[in-house]
Amino acid sequence: MSAMSSNWDRRSVLRAAAGLAALGPLAACGSNNGRSGGGSSGKSIKQYFHAYGEAGVEDALKRYAKGYDKAAVNTQWITSADYESKLFSALLTDNAPDVFEFHPQIQLIKSGQVADLSDIIDPVKSDFNPADIASHTVDGKIYGVRMIDDPQFFFYRKSVLEKAKIQPPTTLDELIEAAAKLTTGKVKGLFIGNDLHAVINPLIWSSGADTLDAKNQIAYHTEGVKEGIKKMRQLFTSGHLLLDAPTDYWDPSAIVQGLTPIQFCGMWAMPVMQKALGDDLGIFPFPKVTDSGKQSVVNGGWSMFVNAKGKNVDLAKEYVKWLWIDQKKYQEDFALSYGFHIPPRASIAASATKLKTGLPAEGVKLFNDFGHFDNIGWTQAMITALEDVFANCVRKNGDPEAELSKADSTVNRELKKLFG
Amino acid sequence: MSTTTTRGVARPASAKASPARPRRGLRGSSTFNFWLFTSPFLIGLTVFVYVPIGWSLWLSFFEARFTVTPSKFVGFDNYWQMLQDSKFTGSLVTFTVFAVFIVPATWALSLGLALLVNRLRFMKAFFRSVFFLPTACSYVAAALIWKMSMFSGVRFGLMNTILGWFGVENIAWLANPDPPWYWLVIVTLRLWLQAGFYMILFLAALQNIPPELYEAAAIDGAKPGWQTFRYITLPQLRATSTAVILLLVIAAYQAFDEFFNLLAKTTWGRPPLVELYYTALGESQDYGEGSAGAVILTLLILIVTLAQGKFLGFGRSDDK
Repeated sequence: MSAMSSNWDRRSVLRAAAGLAALGPLAACGSNNGRSGGGSSGKSIKQYFHAYGEAGVEDALKRYAKGYDKAAVNTQWITSADYESKLFSALLTDNAPDVFEFHPQIQLIKSGQVADLSDIIDPVKSDFNPADIASHTVDGKIYGVRMIDDPQFFFYRKSVLEKAKIQPPTTLDELIEAAAKLTTGKVKGLFIGNDLHAVINPLIWSSGADTLDAKNQIAYHTEGVKEGIKKMRQLFTSGHLLLDAPTDYWDPSAIVQGLTPIQFCGMWAMPVMQKALGDDLGIFPFPKVTDSGKQSVVNGGWSMFVNAKGKNVDLAKEYVKWLWIDQKKYQEDFALSYGFHIPPRASIAASATKLKTGLPAEGVKLFNDFGHFDNIGWTQAMITALEDVFANCVRKNGDPEAELSKADSTVNRELKKLFG
Repeated sequence: MSTTTTRGVARPASAKASPARPRRGLRGSSTFNFWLFTSPFLIGLTVFVYVPIGWSLWLSFFEARFTVTPSKFVGFDNYWQMLQDSKFTGSLVTFTVFAVFIVPATWALSLGLALLVNRLRFMKAFFRSVFFLPTACSYVAAALIWKMSMFSGVRFGLMNTILGWFGVENIAWLANPDPPWYWLVIVTLRLWLQAGFYMILFLAALQNIPPELYEAAAIDGAKPGWQTFRYITLPQLRATSTAVILLLVIAAYQAFDEFFNLLAKTTWGRPPLVELYYTALGESQDYGEGSAGAVILTLLILIVTLAQGKFLGFGRSDDK
């Protein structure tokens, strides 16, 4: 009897395990697996997005995808800060996304990871911001569709600066001085992010230099940039910079919570700041670092790419065309209903009434007057090399010349691999 | 008739039905059972551990950027590049120093907690649980709590709030390497997360020490306290101590989660694994160099472990 019981128990356990294993896929069918829409074609597309900070973006993207009736679109919303790592790793596997957002980078093209989208963009090319088209073009082929442009500049509390009798700074020295005057008790005068990486490119441009020149050679290693780095070190050690804030520069919390009266941030956060601070809000570009420099604005943003090694390249291209070229209503909603972004399509930008007046209009003006766009030849490895320069010089008091030379060897090695 | 008479009568078991005979073919075979129970794990081990290790070793001799199936053989170039990379070699040195500090600190704390909990006369289970519970906490979650609530650099960070009561200015615990307050954050986090686990190992070892030893020592005039601890407890814990130190050394070199979350994108306090992560999986996507770095790190851990084993006598028979 006991033996029989024992047998029965083992069988029960095995049956139960087999049953569970069989139920797994069935359960998955019934659960919310992120797949939306689908149509009756049985085809499916997987798209990757990084987590936007503005509320409602994830739902909006899933809603748009649901409207596509030629395939089921599965949206992967990646909340990790290392979106690029997850994306790059996934692109090496069979589980890679068919469609993904990223910044234009030549390494993706050289390694054959992104598909040529010229055929879907060419008919509407003239409607796109020419700088956006240029930043996605290699050897005459266009490899991505720009979804949004994101200018980044300084936001400031007008009342606080007026009270301290400070004009919006136009030079880096004035900014350092303003930070000192505005620091009171536990309020620091300025916030440019915890790791300072967001201001690296503006500092280079405002020094009159560039990351790479037209021949794809190093253009950042100049006396002006070295001077700028030294001034940033002075600012970092002054005690007037907000450091180690709970959220980084892309989040408007620091200025909204009164931790600082000046914060470097993107136009995407403007609606949240306006809601919290009303009209007590102004903007100014990254100030001039040297006399030969010029104020600058980073025109960041995100673009849509198609995985060239994916299983559904044509279907994915069709989807990208449908969503990011044909569906202007969705594009306008995406650019203006959550945070503020500048639509890269001239026809959509022209009808964007929210960007026509007040502070958003000022943002658009700074974008046009001082904006610098993505350089497709400036890759992640090169970005990291200059981040290390900032970490070692500004935060660790390293020698700018030595650190820039170290970065040169990394960047040159990368350039050699990419351009020979 | 005979049929009726035999029906219902228990027949003696035939020789063929002896207990030695395998029931239902292979089910009774011990070899079959061995493979039945071990093969899933062996398959998992092969697929998820040995194949990737072998593949990584193979990749380390190829130029493998943005691909894990490369074709260009580069010999030891990747190893040479990694050994020339000051960030990687710097991380190896930093974490050797880190291991020299954190291993004895964790060892002492966990042994201290074990001694404390072992001597408790009341609420023993409660205190054991209290000290052990952090082990169940995810390193990532703990790192975020440390970073965003306890050691945040703003006025409402817990530590800055407490320091503020004494008139101390806000400290940027993680953003500023000078002074290196970030080590305080990392070390407190690591001790909080790890000490409980090693405490349990020491607790088990303490309970295995025969009480007769203490009784004999007392009869011989040994004073309770330090003298007993020094001459009886500590020698009896030698095997456990050695194992704990071995695990701690490996854990120090394999640090990743809390460093990745606390010190993202810094050039300081970066462990070798985070460095390799950025090389292989991050921006560079260089699986060749990343794999070469992994081999170098493995060899370093092996050397340190063997040296430590030789020094402390790990695996050496007690009677020799």
